[in-house]
Amino acid sequence: MAVTREPGDRTDAAPDETVQLLMRIRRYNPELRADPWWDEFTVDVEPTDRILDALHEVKWHHDGTLALRRSCAHGICGSDAMLINGVNRLACKVLVKDVMPKVTVEPIRGLTPLKDLIVDMEPFFAGYRSVLPFLINDEGEPDRERKQSPEERERYDDTTKCILCAACTTSCPIFWGDEEYVGPAAIVNAHRFIFDSRDRADRERLKVLSEKTGVFRCRTTFNCTEACPRGIKVTRAIQDVKRAILFDRY
Amino acid sequence: MARKKSVYGPIYRGREGQWSWILHRATGVGVILFLFAHVVDTAVVGWGPDAYNRVVAVYHNPFIQFLELVLVGMVIYHAFNGVRIMIIDFWPKASEYHVPIFYATAALFVAAMVPVTWIIGRNILEALF
Ligand code: FES
Repeated sequence: MAVTREPGDRTDAAPDETVQLLMRIRRYNPELRADPWWDEFTVDVEPTDRILDALHEVKWHHDGTLALRRSCAHGICGSDAMLINGVNRLACKVLVKDVMPKVTVEPIRGLTPLKDLIVDMEPFFAGYRSVLPFLINDEGEPDRERKQSPEERERYDDTTKCILCAACTTSCPIFWGDEEYVGPAAIVNAHRFIFDSRDRADRERLKVLSEKTGVFRCRTTFNCTEACPRGIKVTRAIQDVKRAILFDRY
Repeated sequence: MARKKSVYGPIYRGREGQWSWILHRATGVGVILFLFAHVVDTAVVGWGPDAYNRVVAVYHNPFIQFLELVLVGMVIYHAFNGVRIMIIDFWPKASEYHVPIFYATAALFVAAMVPVTWIIGRNILEALF
């Protein structure tokens, strides 16, 4: 498939060079079969295409019934987290040339599959909502902005980058096994407000996260940190929250 | 929030952190299983020294001695890895160095196992030949 390139764009492949990529895709359709199955497709793509392009190629030219989520196609909406060659990645951020000659694509784990690569994200968002992921400050409306020093901003900078793709949460062995664990992404988003100097509800969030469904379920496997497409130090954020609960004045 | 488990495919290709965690679990279970046997064999002393000696004599065969070697290995791994986990829990910067810390732990484990294997291994070989 053609990719628009600007003059001077760097690419390792000659323009319009096509290669054949063998795709093994885990399919699931409860209306057809009770169990998931594997389908294989060989698609013509360019080495600099992304796995998302290859999946489009399948959906548009091979099998229109393939179901997947995607929206922005540029790594910012967080729709297309998938298990690609055994690790959680955004399909729009993995290049064909890095997986040649074949790739395995599965839905993310630990959430109920609905169809093909689509899973039920609701439990993931329920965990997210449980940590009150919004600014809480009962000191009344300020007449101007709430001031914050660069150092204070720096404290939670890393965790502002989350796009809620669930790559971290569904890479976590504890999350696969424990239905109640809120998961890494919820903790990352709690971290973002707990360490925000303008917020006043850290106590409530730390209370939610000190329960047995919270941070202390984490066994520091670092799968989440390795999976995050935004490069957030997820385990580090979880450890920060653990230490806040241990050492802070609560 | 109840959630139906997804159907598991091939194993997740996690890295050092995931494998050290799995080993920590496996060795933890292994050690506690031995502990049950150990409680039983020690309790036999209540029936007098004769009974105790007869039970403990079972341990003097090469196969059980090999299991003892495995047991010591499991205890040492579990102990060292436990210290590694504590370092990661209490030293904020450790999250950045968790991979080198893992390999340092692994190196310490190997270093500790050399004399242990030498001592127990010699006994096994002597018993065999
Ligand atoms: S499609 Fe939006 S993040 Fe990949």
